[in-house]
Amino acid sequence: MTTATLETPAFATGNAIPFGRLLRVELRKMVDTRAGKWLLGVIGLLTAAALVILLLAASTQEHTFANAVGAAATPQGILLPVLGILLITQEWGQRTGMVTFTLEPHRAKVLWAKVAAAVVLGVAAMVLALALAAVVAAIGGAADPWAGMDAGVIGQYFLLEVVGVVGGLVFGLLFLNTAAAIVVSFALPIVFSVVTSLWNAVHKAQPWIDPATAQGPLQSGDHLTSTEWQHLLTTTLIWVVVPFVVGLWRVLRTEVK
Amino acid sequence: MIRVDRLSKTYGPYRAVDDVSFVAEPGRVTGFLGPNGAGKSTTMRVMVGLTPPDSGSATIGGLRYADIPNPGRHVGVLLDASAQHAGRSGREVLHLAAMTMGLPESRVDEMLRLVSLDEKEAKRRVGAYSLGMRQRLGIAHALLGDPSVLILDEPANGLDPAGIHWMRGLLRDYASRGGTVLLSSHLLHEVEVIADDMVVIGRGKIVAQGTKAELLRSAGTLVRAEDDALLGKALAGADITATPIADGGFRTEVDPVVVGRAAATNGVVLTELRPAESAGLEQLFLELTSDTQREQPVQEGPQA
Repeated sequence: MTTATLETPAFATGNAIPFGRLLRVELRKMVDTRAGKWLLGVIGLLTAAALVILLLAASTQEHTFANAVGAAATPQGILLPVLGILLITQEWGQRTGMVTFTLEPHRAKVLWAKVAAAVVLGVAAMVLALALAAVVAAIGGAADPWAGMDAGVIGQYFLLEVVGVVGGLVFGLLFLNTAAAIVVSFALPIVFSVVTSLWNAVHKAQPWIDPATAQGPLQSGDHLTSTEWQHLLTTTLIWVVVPFVVGLWRVLRTEVK
Repeated sequence: MIRVDRLSKTYGPYRAVDDVSFVAEPGRVTGFLGPNGAGKSTTMRVMVGLTPPDSGSATIGGLRYADIPNPGRHVGVLLDASAQHAGRSGREVLHLAAMTMGLPESRVDEMLRLVSLDEKEAKRRVGAYSLGMRQRLGIAHALLGDPSVLILDEPANGLDPAGIHWMRGLLRDYASRGGTVLLSSHLLHEVEVIADDMVVIGRGKIVAQGTKAELLRSAGTLVRAEDDALLGKALAGADITATPIADGGFRTEVDPVVVGRAAATNGVVLTELRPAESAGLEQLFLELTSDTQREQPVQEGPQA
């Protein structure tokens, strides 16, 4: 510490912490723990593994860019939400929130930095998937490896990943508990499929209320129809936007223990 | 400067903090003393905005904590040394905080040196730290932003005697350079040796506050005589309220000279007459907090 006399404190001086700095801190928090490192490593490995399986198991003509992106996106779609969950719940589970929210008492700003970090991680995972898929397409030997892919379809994949990881974050925010958030996040699609198979009325409404069903077309390789966009919008509102607002409201008002 | 003004916080029917007001001045170490569960931690959590108060306010340098831009640069906080991610290294914990505050990595090295965590220890996961090491890391964390105010909740917890001695020196020096230090403890001795000012809290209420000298003075007089029974009568005759002490003698609230006169008038031979000092402060602490403690202190001495 400095040996100079501490000056008369002028507490109102100095700049607020810039958002970009909080974003970098949040990104770092995802890679500086074992859980985070493992999760990111497993996402990378499974993405690569899905592509290797495609190369080995599928016929040469199926080694297209479109198929490869689809194969890579599947394990990511499962694991990215967990990444989103951990972004939130580590602050409560490990009680680091006490430090985080003392250094930046504007909790909403911290939570938005976490959302931004989730988006960055989702986009980064998709970029990795695209890069690996391009390699598969280049070496796979299909007659027309680049067919069936355009900017719109790629954009839909990015949207899928981002909605997935932010959706996970929202579950984390709602439960503030890793185990509960992960269980609910994985159980939800199963519950929907069971309920809809037994109950016809719900079956009809399913694309409007079941996020997994509504997000399915994003990785179909076709452009979404206007009805499908409405499904996506509605389920995102129900399962991402509303719970985020509720979770945010609660975190802003309650004590950080 | 920390100013707490008529602060109250209720959890259901339980008043954790009840109309608490005090000031911690710059250049002084203020000890926040009370038994466990007296409301020290809740008060400190309100100060840094982690707990919303029901009424009243706490300001630092005249501002609400949330209104201080980049507060880590002004206020160093250690509320719970164990509230760190067990999977991060000590260095990483400081690195994240330095990054948030916009400080260079060299500051992390400086702080690690200051609290005597060597390179190897700094690389270990916090989960593998002893409580003493966590406490040192927490102090490094609090000092990282070179703040002018320190808020430390039970900072001596888990430190060995050498560590406690080191921390005392550190905080003394910090205050002598104009810094404001508020530290809490449930141990009187800990606060007594370092604090300039003391705030004593019991069951959410402030029960005493002032400079250490003032509180010492109010601790009264200790007196022993050749014949304690005779002394007891003499004191009663002079209308001096006296409490018998277990190993003989009495403690009174009046000055030694008053006790001396009463004894002389009645021809009682005194063997000891002195201001109650540290023992008295302890007595004071016990008395002030006795009805607010979970366990009642054992009644002292046989009734005279």
